[in-house]
This record gives sequence, C-alpha cells and structure tokens, in this order.
Amino acid sequence: MSIYLDYAATAPMTPELMAVYTDALAIVGNPSSVHQQGQHARVMVEEARAALAGLLGVDPMEVTFTSGGTESINTWIKGRVFSHRGTADGGEVYLVLTRAEHHATLDAVEWLEKQGFATPLWVEVDGDGVMDLDDLERVLGSVPAENIAGVTTLVANNEVGSIQPVASIVEMAREHGGIPVHCDAIQAFGQMPLNLSELGADAMSISAHKLGGPVGIGALVMPRDAAPIETLLHGGSQQPSRSGTLDAAGAHVFAHAAQHAIDSMVTRHEQLSQLRDLLLDGVAAVPGVEVRGSVFNRLPNNVHVTMEGASGEVALYLFDHEGVSVSTGSACQAGVAEESHVLRAMGCDSQTASSALRFTLGESTTQAEIEKVVELFPAIVEKARAASSR
Amino acid sequence: MAAMSGGVDSAVAAARAVDEGHEVIGVHLALSRMPGTLRTGSRGCCTIEDSMDARRVAGQLGIPFYVWDFSERFRADVVDNFIDEYRAGRTPNPCLRCNEKIKFEAVLDRAMALGFDKVVTGHYATVVDDKDGSPQLFRAADWAKDQSYVLGVLTEEQLRHCYFPLGDTPSKEQVREEAEARGFGVHAKPDSYDICFIPDGDTQGFLRDKIGAAPGAIVDRDGNTLGSHQGTHEYTVGQRKGLQIGYPAPDGKPRYVLEVRPVSREVVVGPKEALDTIELSGVAMSFAGKDPVASGIVPGRHDEQGKVWECDEFECEVQVRAHGNPEPARVRVSEGRMIARFDSPLAGVAPGQSAVVYIGRRVLGQVTIDQTVSADSKQLQDA
Repeated sequence: MSIYLDYAATAPMTPELMAVYTDALAIVGNPSSVHQQGQHARVMVEEARAALAGLLGVDPMEVTFTSGGTESINTWIKGRVFSHRGTADGGEVYLVLTRAEHHATLDAVEWLEKQGFATPLWVEVDGDGVMDLDDLERVLGSVPAENIAGVTTLVANNEVGSIQPVASIVEMAREHGGIPVHCDAIQAFGQMPLNLSELGADAMSISAHKLGGPVGIGALVMPRDAAPIETLLHGGSQQPSRSGTLDAAGAHVFAHAAQHAIDSMVTRHEQLSQLRDLLLDGVAAVPGVEVRGSVFNRLPNNVHVTMEGASGEVALYLFDHEGVSVSTGSACQAGVAEESHVLRAMGCDSQTASSALRFTLGESTTQAEIEKVVELFPAIVEKARAASSR
Repeated sequence: MAAMSGGVDSAVAAARAVDEGHEVIGVHLALSRMPGTLRTGSRGCCTIEDSMDARRVAGQLGIPFYVWDFSERFRADVVDNFIDEYRAGRTPNPCLRCNEKIKFEAVLDRAMALGFDKVVTGHYATVVDDKDGSPQLFRAADWAKDQSYVLGVLTEEQLRHCYFPLGDTPSKEQVREEAEARGFGVHAKPDSYDICFIPDGDTQGFLRDKIGAAPGAIVDRDGNTLGSHQGTHEYTVGQRKGLQIGYPAPDGKPRYVLEVRPVSREVVVGPKEALDTIELSGVAMSFAGKDPVASGIVPGRHDEQGKVWECDEFECEVQVRAHGNPEPARVRVSEGRMIARFDSPLAGVAPGQSAVVYIGRRVLGQVTIDQTVSADSKQLQDA
C-alpha cells in the first residue's frame, strides 16, 4: 500500500504531463540560438511565459524563469537589497518579514545580515502563524520608509497552511511610503486564486514541481513598474535579469501544469477541502493532538498537527512503515528533522515544535486513503509516545 | 535496526544482516546539532558526508534509511559526562559511555519500542547464547580490532538485543575486501579514531574551552609544592610529559602524575613505583550476561536488589584500556565492591576508567575504577 500525503514537498507528474514533457524534450535546440531549430525551442519558452503571465494577470515580459522557488526568492531578496543599497545614500537597509517564513527566505536574510548588507525587522505572527498586522504597522513605522528595501511574505504558510493577509500587507506597505512587497507563492499558486496585478505586489515567486511540473524550474514574476532588483545570476543574459540556458521543455510543462491547476481549481478546492476536513476531524479526535494553523483560513490541502509527548520523526517513521508518506513539515539538515521554526514563531516550545506531522493532499488523494490514515493514526500516536520517552 | 555510521564496518555489518534474511532498516545517528559537512581524514565522525555515505550503502542494500536525532541525549550523557569527569579529576571513556547510554540504551530502547528485535552494529565482538539462552559476550577473532572492551559495560538485557556480525571475521582487511566486493565506496574510508566530538583531536583545548583555567599546585605525596599548573583537567594519571616542574627529582628519576585532585586543585606526582598499581576496585559494576554467581562460575551471594554482594576470588584477566593488554589478575567482590589484584603491577591506572574482566575470550563484566593501591602500598582514593 502506498498513500502519498506529502504534496507540499512535491506533486507527482501525471502520465499526461510526462507525455507532454517527453515530446518537448525531443525538440533540439538552445532557445537562445538564432537558427530555426533554436527558434522552435524559443517559441516553446515564450508561449509558456505568456501562458503563465496570463494566469497571473501580468505581461509576458514580467515573468522570469528561474531554476525554482529557492532561486526566485534569493533573487528577489538579495537583488532588492543590492539595488536599494545602490540608490540609497548610506544608512541602514531593512527587510521586513516574520520568523515563520521558509528557510529560503530566512537563510538569505540571515546571510545578508551577516555580511552587513541588510538588517531584518521581525514582525510577529499570531498563534495560527498569521502575520500580525498591528505589529506590521509598528514595524513599518519604526524606521524611515526610504531605508526599507522591502517586505517579504508567504502567501500561505508551507508548514501549517495558514493563509496570510497579503492584500492588507501590500496596502499597508504602500501607505508607508510605497515599500515594495514580495510574495512567496510557492505553496499557494494553484491552490488558491492569485492575480499579481490585482494584489499590487512588486514580485511573486512560484515553482513548477509543486504543481506536478518538473523539479528545476520556477519563476520570479515582477510587474514592470515594480521596485527594481539587481541580477543574481550573470552570464549570457538569456533573460534580461537572469542568465542561464532556458529550459524549454521544463517551461512548457510548467505552463501546462499551471493551466491545469487553475482550470480545475474550483472543483479541486472543494474536493480537497472536504478530504482535508475529514482528516482534520479524524486526527484531532485523538487526545493530546492539536491542529496547528488557522482552522478557517488555511490551504485546502493542508492538515498539520502536533502530538503531545510524541516525536514527529518517530511518528513519520511509523507512518512510513505502513506505506503512508507524510512529513514533519520542518526543514531537514541532511535528513534529520529539525524542530519547526514556524511553530516556535507561533509560540510553541521546543518539545512541541518537534512533535509535528504535516499531511498535504493532492489530486490522487481519495476518501479511502484518508479513512485509512485516520484509522492508523491513534495507534501510531500511542506507539510514538511510547518510543519517544527515550 | 542497523546503526550505520557511514563507516565500512557498519556498512558490512548491515549487508550481512540483509543477506542472512533479516528485515533490516538503516539508521544514522545524528549526534551533533551542528555536524561538520566534510570528514577531515579520520578525525571526527558523523559529518553530513558520513551520513550520505551511510545513505548510499542503505540504497545499495535496498533498505529504508533514516537519520535520527540523538544529539540532546548525546550531549547530556556523553559530552557533558566527559567534561564533568575531567572536572572531578577522573579520566572518562566517552566511547564506553556512548555505547552504554546512546547506542545500546537510547537507540536500543527506541528500536524495541518500535518493534525491532535487535540493533546491529559493526563492532568487533561476538554475542553467543549459552545453553539456557542467556547471552555471553566474547572478544572478536581479530585481536587487534577487538572492541569488546568498550562493550564490556553492556548488561545481559542489552546484549539480548545486540547483533555483531563482524565478530568472527579474522581481520579488518577481510571486512574491507568484502566491502569492496559488495561495491561499497566506503571500503577505503579510513577508520575514525580520537573522540568523535573533538574532531581536531585537541582534547586539552576542548577542556580548556569548557572548564577554563583553574590553576593550582603540583605536589609530591608528602604535600610539598613542586610547581604549578593551569588546570587539573590537563593532567591524567600516568602522565609524564607537560609537568613543567623545572627541576629534576632528588633521585633524578622522572616524575609521573599519580593523582588528580580537582577539589584542592592539586596534581600529585611521584616516581614510577608509586604509579605501579597492584590493586584496583570499584562499586559501579556490571556483568555482560548472567553474573558469575548466578551462572555458577564462583560461589557468592547477592544483595536485596539482586546485585552481586560477595563472591570468592577467581582467576581471570583484566584490561584497563581500550587497546591495552589483558593482565592476569584475581578478582573478588566484597560488600558490593569488586576488587582486582594483579600479579604484576600495572602502570597508570586512572580512576574513572573501566576495568573489564575477561575469562579467556569471554567478557565477564566491568567495574568503574574508583580506588587504586600502588606497589609501594600508599592507597590512593578518588577525591
């Protein structure tokens, strides 16, 4: 038996998409080559670019392909700071964010701080992992607006699934002197409606493999009038602000996967929410198990719990032993699950932050699978508790 | 559950367990919260590189592989214990502690709780069940690689759940050849030595960091001050170098550290004869299998907790260092204290060390040394 409930880590590529990918791989040519063979490959890239742009409410030129979510985030965060430093007349450079961000964001910011390039200004999150808008107000008002390079926020938290008040964040940043805002939509894109021009943010990062596309391609989406950023990857300028050979086949499949996700969003949202709630109710029924993240405003496919007295890594093993693939949600350094920094930011203690399990559903998930997981859960928690007191 | 360090021994041990038809999963123990990325030669252990090596072998064997975090327990039971022992003037053996508390307690307990039957490791030793099904621990076939000393602290219950597939292999060379034949890249990986949590090998530097300087006097056995030192933890019983007294002893012979007294911050030095130990003893004892009274090797009796209280003297060999020689001795237990008398004096026996008792190739058990008696009969006691 194999039940896959780790869609947040990656989504499987459907046989249809695999066929699309294989066909695309057959096209020979570097998309930047001038000859017709190159042009064929180029067309694939540009059509994919246009398709993604359309889905997000922007122009094709405003979509830059990258090697994935991590590169997109690093590009914006570092590029924004370097650009800001270039134009500011000295003085501190600040980045505004919460501690519940993904490590791609946190580690990039930490590096900038260590190098003396920027200083983070931390905004609190509430007990659900949602950015506290009052605290954002306080933070934005605490330093001169011209010293703030930008605000970066998840659209939805990748661990606990809580949806962030992005529109309010953008508005508040605008009111405080037009501070640029970057949205990490890597987990949210395809799960909920997102229109960048409606949102009014300066940038958005997305990733293909979360939608069933290939690993190795994502995009950084930036409207033309957005706050400028410095380039991270220099080279052949295959794209204006990002060098590197364009992945034609990858872009092609990315666009297909995104299109499919958006087209089926409404029905999938309904279907997944139902299964999610079934799972939520089932696991929350076990004593000592607490649901984390906003109950009413969370991603349709995310269930996250902490289990008092049980180690998340042990429970993960026990599920794996039964053929159920889940996650502790937190980052892992060489395979060791760390305590969740998101739960810590939400006010949980060290023990609780190491007792988490995250289940993320997707297209392949069936009611029978959820029922099976609910059936297995109590015994697994009990066994994990017994094994974790050591 | 195969504990896989990323080294060649645990790789081959896991492979043999798989070949024998057991259901095996591989686990790499993360013992540090901040592991190094790359191995530097043979120093240190359990870097990310090691973890990847173990993962690769698990992949080749087709077994599931996990990395589990025991860093908290390791810090408390092994690293902190190491520092505390030095602070108290004793010489710790962290590898023994790790086996006792981490590999065959924390890990073993978790394995049992998760439904595993045994923990498999690449240790060079053998467990054989006697006719009543009780486990007995024996030296490995390769004397030079034998690790029974660091396993001597294991109890009967722990040994029931241990499996050491490499114990009967005639030589380490053969294990490496087998690893190569199996296609393991780690076949040529150097053995790790030194203390795994002090990767640069500078134990003194590590202790200086953790304990700091605590200067005091270097004295002779009559209490005369001969010099000064920067911290008792920088000295170990039997040490000759680094005494910095500045002038020779009246008899012209070298001086050795006889005793470390952290409370009074004194380091006691004296001639070699004073270092020669003819008797050692301790109360913290354990038996690797049934104790000798319960198994009828020697007459004696137990206390109310079932521990050996008294037993007649018997002949055996005692080893006080991991790579030391087994010395002929006579051991008895008297009022809960295990006492070992040596036919020929031993040099530099340090309190805190483990004295492992052997009968032939069989490990009977061990005692943590807290008292020694020197050849010139001045009894030295743990402060």
